[in-house]
Amino acid sequence: MRYDADMVEPQVEPVRLEVNGIERRLFVAPHRTLLETLREDLGLTGTKHGCELGECGACTVLVDGVAVLSCLALTLDADGAEIVTIEGIGSVSHPHPLQRSFADHGAAQCGYCTPAMILTAKALLDRDPHPTDREITEAIAGNMCRCTGYLPIVRAIAAVAAEDRP
Amino acid sequence: MRIDPHHGVVGRAAPRTDALAQASGGLVYVDDLSYPSMLHGKILRSPQAHARIVSIDTSAAAALPGVHAVLTGADLPIAYGLLPVAQDEHALAIDKVRQVGDAVAAVAADDPDIAQRAVELIDVVYEPLPVVATMNDAVEIVDEPIHGDGPRNNRHREVSLDFGDVDAGFDRADHIREDVFFYQGNNHAALEPHGAVALVEDDGRLHLWSATQVPHYLHRIVAKVLEIPEHRIRVTANPTGGGFGAKTDVFAHELVAAKLALATGRPVKLILTREEVFYAHRGRHPVLMWIRTGFTGAGEITAMWFRTYVDGGAYGSYGPASLLYTGQLQTTTYRIPAYRFQGVRFFTNKPACGPKRGHGTPQPRFGLEVHLDKAAEDLGLDPVTIRERNLVHPFSTTVNHLRITSCGLADCIERVVEASEFRAKHRNLPPNRGIGLAVGAYMSGAGLPIYFNDMPQSEVLLKVDRGGLVTVYSMAADCGQGSTTMLATVVGEALGLDAADLAVVTADTDLTPIDLGSYSSRVTFMAGNAALEAAMKLADLILTAVADELELDTDDVRLGRGVVLAGDREIPWPDAVRMAEARWGLLTAAGSYKPPKGIRGDYKGAGVGPSPAYSYSACVAEVDCDPETGFVAVEQVWLAHDIGRAINPLLVRGQIEGSVHMALGETLMEEQAFRGALHDGPSLLDYKIPTALEMPPVEAILVESIDPEGPFGAKEVGQGPLLPVMPAVANAVHDALGIRVDEIPLRPDKILAALRDRERDGQGRYGPTDLPAYEFRPPLPVDPPPELR
Repeated sequence: MRYDADMVEPQVEPVRLEVNGIERRLFVAPHRTLLETLREDLGLTGTKHGCELGECGACTVLVDGVAVLSCLALTLDADGAEIVTIEGIGSVSHPHPLQRSFADHGAAQCGYCTPAMILTAKALLDRDPHPTDREITEAIAGNMCRCTGYLPIVRAIAAVAAEDRP
Repeated sequence: MRIDPHHGVVGRAAPRTDALAQASGGLVYVDDLSYPSMLHGKILRSPQAHARIVSIDTSAAAALPGVHAVLTGADLPIAYGLLPVAQDEHALAIDKVRQVGDAVAAVAADDPDIAQRAVELIDVVYEPLPVVATMNDAVEIVDEPIHGDGPRNNRHREVSLDFGDVDAGFDRADHIREDVFFYQGNNHAALEPHGAVALVEDDGRLHLWSATQVPHYLHRIVAKVLEIPEHRIRVTANPTGGGFGAKTDVFAHELVAAKLALATGRPVKLILTREEVFYAHRGRHPVLMWIRTGFTGAGEITAMWFRTYVDGGAYGSYGPASLLYTGQLQTTTYRIPAYRFQGVRFFTNKPACGPKRGHGTPQPRFGLEVHLDKAAEDLGLDPVTIRERNLVHPFSTTVNHLRITSCGLADCIERVVEASEFRAKHRNLPPNRGIGLAVGAYMSGAGLPIYFNDMPQSEVLLKVDRGGLVTVYSMAADCGQGSTTMLATVVGEALGLDAADLAVVTADTDLTPIDLGSYSSRVTFMAGNAALEAAMKLADLILTAVADELELDTDDVRLGRGVVLAGDREIPWPDAVRMAEARWGLLTAAGSYKPPKGIRGDYKGAGVGPSPAYSYSACVAEVDCDPETGFVAVEQVWLAHDIGRAINPLLVRGQIEGSVHMALGETLMEEQAFRGALHDGPSLLDYKIPTALEMPPVEAILVESIDPEGPFGAKEVGQGPLLPVMPAVANAVHDALGIRVDEIPLRPDKILAALRDRERDGQGRYGPTDLPAYEFRPPLPVDPPPELR
């Protein structure tokens, strides 16, 4: 489509999100994606942009506990939702067990898919703490990794699941 | 001098030094940068594959509120190219476009939406020109060649070389075999799209951040195109979200971001979309191959004639080197006493090809390894025996003057054959299951720099502070392969320090000494050696100072783990450092590496292929094929790799598993295909890469041949393990179904076509038969090295 030079800016709308446990009230344009809001408005750059078409999975975040492609989610649609990004589950100083396990198993090479992969794994372990390797593999099948061949990622997730086993 | 590790730092499977930063989302990629008052750049790209630009009207874009600058080709008129012999690109098209996706104009605006709106307001009038879409088109001499009107027309480069007496070699053969293969092009598909950020620093100098594997080459080209002296430019390579060669060229968006920052005086960010990445490309060249090999009755090669037809796309890029790579490394695995190599690279109106993992060598390796498998069958030999009978000898010279040093190929073959039970399974698996073997070799760094010079190819600087912290400075760019961790590990081992306790500053032209870049698998060998030299000098300074201070003989002072062992005393490292600073002043040490002289021949083309050391790999793949659907499931892969020495086995295994993933994608599903000159599907939805569900188990086997010149004996692992996987799978499919698909990728429709061919009393083959009607010039004779005459 062609835009007119004098086309008006789209109206912004209010939205309330709970991001990593903190309530954020924002005004965003209707076409703004959750990925854009997280990265550009809230500065949470741990969530990555890889294809902007929902193909690669690098933008995965948790919305009400479910792994969601934030590049395909409109921010306004997430009104009232609880959102967890990679910054919300741990840090270099206080890593989440999955973050520690990914590091120890060499599950990241370039690291670009890693935050999304970890959140996808977290969503899995939250609903099923003891998945089989096959279930882990199926859970991460929507997240592309170009470096590792996925094998150390599966090992990293399986190790956390095993640790947790009573 | 060979230095053996003894501090337990090298050889330990330790996490990357930045692993937790990666896992916590804290690693800063170029798209994560943000600066006050930053503008957003956008490039208008050509919808035409080949067209003259009649006019460009940017007035409406420039008038749009929020737009701060608009550029066209006239603003960046200087041609560039990564290779000195291929200066054929412009940041923004001048006069004509040569591929869909060519950059035509660019804007900087307050936000990405305005920038997008602005480029859509730019009015470009094109006059379409005849499109050259295929190599068959490119053979024809046309009125409007893609570049200039020289005598070569669309035939970009040609090679025609004879090493040894090839005709005599065929004359003495008992068996001669000919085959034709095609290897489709494919894209790196690194998860991070390319991008750049530029701004003018307080001192008026340009600062460009980029997701690049080659900050040094980018620095030189930005200086050239923007006509600014190099010392007025600072280039920083961010950690890249995957490279694989995708980010070893210099791209329009980097030059445009820099120019927009200068034009506006404000920071500018320019990140490509995934679609733009597919058009920027520089990925695997499509290669058509014809191979003729003579064998004795016992299966020894007497002569080989290898022809390659290479579809280069619209620009030179690394192409002249890529073309030579399609012929040069065949001799690194097998003794080929006489070798003829003829190759031609064509220009076509498609995204320019360049280096992808394995650069120009996976295509001929696929052809060669399948060809050998077929020859083994002709001669009644098994696939292991025919390879073992021809294996290159360690510490020898090839007929095309490559110097072979350490070579663990025989061990690699033995280890994968044993682990996979290849001998028991081959020809004996249940119906539709099969097993295949192949080998490969790759360089531990290109022996020659991209631009001719006699300076080191890697330099490393060490600086020690009073607290004992050793900081390593190197321009090596970490593209995920772990070069930063490697540098910390090599220096740590040499000094008895934990890798995690060192600081490493990388990939910044203001702060770090030269490293030519993360390409050709050069960093561990070259930057590693420079780091080792610097560390040994630093150790010498510290040990001498301690010996003098304590009035001991230098022989009585040596490095322990985190301490200096002086006679019967243990001096903590920080105390030893302070003694040394008191003695010498600021503690620094520098190391440099350049490959030894005499590892190359002196014929035209001899600059491509030489390396200070070659890595070796052998692969066995087992497959389960469905003859109803043509679907190939790879059940398991065994891959043995001669790494020289594993500096960090965790990272080495990671490179092997990752190589297998990328190789299986190329083998089974990935292709950069076109309808005419239009990309068949420039998105990750259409361009399939293997997901976790398609990844088989991989048994990675490390073979340590301890290279005499590598740092602690190490060689490369980033690219070599990819090479044997494609032919191993193809050979396994043959074992499973009795058919041959002489093409990559081995798509299900091709498998079914080969099965149908067999049913029609054919050979059970799918693959190319015809070659472009291109006449090579007579081969230039090159004398073999003295020991082979």
